[in-house]
Amino acid sequence: MTADEATATAVPGEATATAAAPGQTKQHGHGAGANQSWWRSDASDYARRNLGLIGVLVALVVIGIITQPQLYSDATWVKNNTFTILQQASAIGVVTVGMTFVIIGGGIDLSVGAIMALAGVWATTLATQSYGAGGMIFTGLVVGLGVGLVNGVLISYGRLVPFIATLAMMVAARGLAAEISNKQTQVSTSQFINDLASAKLLGIPVLVVILVAVGALGWVLLNRTTFGRRTVAVGGNVEAARLAGINVKAHTLMLYALSGLCCGIGALMLTSQATSAQAAMANMYELDAIAAAIIGGTLLSGGRGTIVGALLGVLVFSTITNLFSINGLSTESQNMIKGAIIVAAVLIQQFRFNALTQFLSRNKAIRA
Amino acid sequence: MTDSTTVSRGAQMADTDDRPVVLRLTDVVKTFPGVRALDGVQLEVRAGEVHCLLGQNGAGKSTLIKVLAGVHRPDSGTVEWLGEEVSFANPQAAMKTGIATIYQELDLVEDLSVAENAFLGHEPRRFGFVRRAQMARVTREILGRLGHAEIPPRRLVRSLPAAGKQIVSMARALSHEAKLIIMDEPSAVLAHDEVENLFRIIRELTAQGIAVIYISHRMEEIREIGDRVTVLKDGRTTAANLPARTTPTRELVSRMTGRTIEYVFPDRPPADASAEELLRVEGLTRHGEFADVSLTVAAGEIVGIAGLVGSGRSELLETIFGARRAEAGTVRVAGRTLRAGSVGAAVRAGIGLAPEERKSQALLLGEPIYRNVTLATFSRLARVGFTNAEREVAEANRIADTLELRPRDVHRAVRQLSGGNQQKVVVGRWLLGETRLLLLDEPTRGVDVGARAELYQVIRDLAAQGVGVLLVSSEVPEVLGLADRVLVMREGRVIHEAPGSELDEETVLDLVMAGALMEGAAA
Ligand SMILES: Nc1ncnc2c1ncn2[C@@H]1O[C@H](COP(=O)(O)OP(=O)(O)OP(=O)(O)O)[C@@H](O)[C@H]1O
Ligand SMILES: [Mg+2]
Repeated sequence: MTADEATATAVPGEATATAAAPGQTKQHGHGAGANQSWWRSDASDYARRNLGLIGVLVALVVIGIITQPQLYSDATWVKNNTFTILQQASAIGVVTVGMTFVIIGGGIDLSVGAIMALAGVWATTLATQSYGAGGMIFTGLVVGLGVGLVNGVLISYGRLVPFIATLAMMVAARGLAAEISNKQTQVSTSQFINDLASAKLLGIPVLVVILVAVGALGWVLLNRTTFGRRTVAVGGNVEAARLAGINVKAHTLMLYALSGLCCGIGALMLTSQATSAQAAMANMYELDAIAAAIIGGTLLSGGRGTIVGALLGVLVFSTITNLFSINGLSTESQNMIKGAIIVAAVLIQQFRFNALTQFLSRNKAIRA
Repeated sequence: MTDSTTVSRGAQMADTDDRPVVLRLTDVVKTFPGVRALDGVQLEVRAGEVHCLLGQNGAGKSTLIKVLAGVHRPDSGTVEWLGEEVSFANPQAAMKTGIATIYQELDLVEDLSVAENAFLGHEPRRFGFVRRAQMARVTREILGRLGHAEIPPRRLVRSLPAAGKQIVSMARALSHEAKLIIMDEPSAVLAHDEVENLFRIIRELTAQGIAVIYISHRMEEIREIGDRVTVLKDGRTTAANLPARTTPTRELVSRMTGRTIEYVFPDRPPADASAEELLRVEGLTRHGEFADVSLTVAAGEIVGIAGLVGSGRSELLETIFGARRAEAGTVRVAGRTLRAGSVGAAVRAGIGLAPEERKSQALLLGEPIYRNVTLATFSRLARVGFTNAEREVAEANRIADTLELRPRDVHRAVRQLSGGNQQKVVVGRWLLGETRLLLLDEPTRGVDVGARAELYQVIRDLAAQGVGVLLVSSEVPEVLGLADRVLVMREGRVIHEAPGSELDEETVLDLVMAGALMEGAAA
């Protein structure tokens, strides 16, 4: 090559390049930019993911219709079955809301099932029941909150790793529940509690109403309040949160307390459904809650997640359970399918439509 | 104008002209959703030269080198490397062919040792086992070459300061048999003497025929080490192969920005002796970091701290802010003693800290820009616990305008911003709200010439409104040009104090290195 070419200076390309791609420089205005920015944004990312979960739900219903066409031809059955699914999702759903907060905040709570058992058992001791439904509800909530607070103190001020602290609590709280209940099933004699599971409000089961209320509160708390913002900050980058003046310890404490409170509510809902409580209740709820949060798009490493996604995750699981029971299949095969679904959901999330997004935007650029 | 530059270039380029071209990029385009980061880039690099890339924040420099390093794949255009057209599937592929890269954002594994990081992905092995002893030995050798024999190869990277980490990423690049080494703002975290060290190494490398692509926003560095310069603007090459030493700064800047910017500091107002004292630090000590530091900052005053990296400056700021707990000494703000080791107390007292390391200490990368800007103020903007997104966006927009954030869309994730623009978010956070005392740790790290002038003006304006500023910077001219009063730190102690106008760069460097004037000047 000639020296001239090699050292060819300066800008010959500038004019031509500008002419070739007008309006496609980086400083695109708010026209194209704003349009694209919605479906590139986190909100749209979550929306896509939630749409995916809704797709899974629809598919499950279709499988139900195919396998049990005569049941699905009965409108009343369909309505009742839907309520059954929602009711089964209610207690675990409430717990999952708390779990989602903890995970977004960079932690994990393995003790939720055990807290529920302890709260349920404590709320149904003869002594507590002597105070009536009010006493039971109060005890359930306070025990849940109290155990959550202990978790929180151990983790934020005792500097225990969340996994270890709540693992220890999981073992300890179940042990205490067994101790209190003497390993017996404690029957609830409160009419109010026992009726709650079958009661309806405006035609909707009360437990479902509670789930929706907790979900809605959780959504507002996460997306519209400073508490939610702090949760995301603490989970996303602890050091940045701390240097921005956020009291990380106090906030972490509150997250576990919140999870504990949700467990208290969930325990009362389960007690109402079974009209009894025992130390073995809510078995493995921690795994279900974590799994639901994760397939709902909550990042296990913290800093990201949605309530809606987590609740959709819960619904997917309870719909699967329902599908198996109306087809009379075993719980073993059900667990297998659950496992497969978790893996599939996470794989789909990792794919995250990235390739598609890039492809579309490139085409757009070429067209313009 | 074209004529005259051609002539001067001809004279200057004579020594590199005959060297073979090793890398040639033609019309490279790379788009991200909604952004054309590269929009037709031309680049030509010869063996044994230092080729500088210049461009404003967000011009596409880092994206370009990521294309070269196999991190991104170009949408179109060709990359010719050693005479062959290549398309790297991943960074390993690029490394194998001899392209080593030091990224702008450090990419070290914090919980691995220095040696493990240096050899990450290409550990020396025998029978499938890593030869740890050999790895440590070679790492020690490389660190020695880098002038940092004191860094133990087996130490965890997490425990190193920012500059130490930069050395480790350099060691990583040198651990390859590279024919091209790309350095994306390597000097941003380095102090003056470290930069000299870096240049010495670069000269050694180029003498062996290794080509270097060097990115920096500091014009003096480009003059000193560069052979040729390619300028990017909005993802396009606006000037190629200009001689690095002789092209006038004015021309370079106008190629970068499309306008001319004077690289000046805002005027210093006369010292106001009546200004009330805002910060008083007395006898502050942390073992091994700094000892017996006393200083004051008055309202409306900018106090600069000069010193080498490792002289305890960042640690001092973090301790004043309560992020580290002092072992002795007190921090008083407007007469009130701050609770030691409590960031919350410091923030409530109106102190803000823009930390040194944006990625690990300051940013929520996945969150929108506006939420990062308001991270320290969203509670104050909220109504009874409910966040006020509208006001947050409005405030963030204001900051984005003052600091020329690009792209200007504050709903974007911070991750998508270029390094310099991320830095503006970090500093911008504390320009909001009721900050009375601003602690700035390397505030212009990675910020381009134009935005830097804006930032200086913003800091000066804040001071004019009565905010006290305590500024740490590795760039001595910045400290001298901006600060009313300058403290010089060496090995954890304040050894000299003088008005900024009475010091010059040479004196400060003498003090910083040798402590020559130490006697009699100690605070
Ligand atoms: N992953 C990404 N997604 C979307 N946009 C991106 C991404 N990475 C970079 N960009 C955009 O591409 C443009 C070029 O960025 P780049 O990091 O290459 O700039 P730069 O020249 O290195 O700037 P600086 O001097 O600040 O480091 C910017 O507008 C940036 O916002
Ligand atoms: Mg960059």
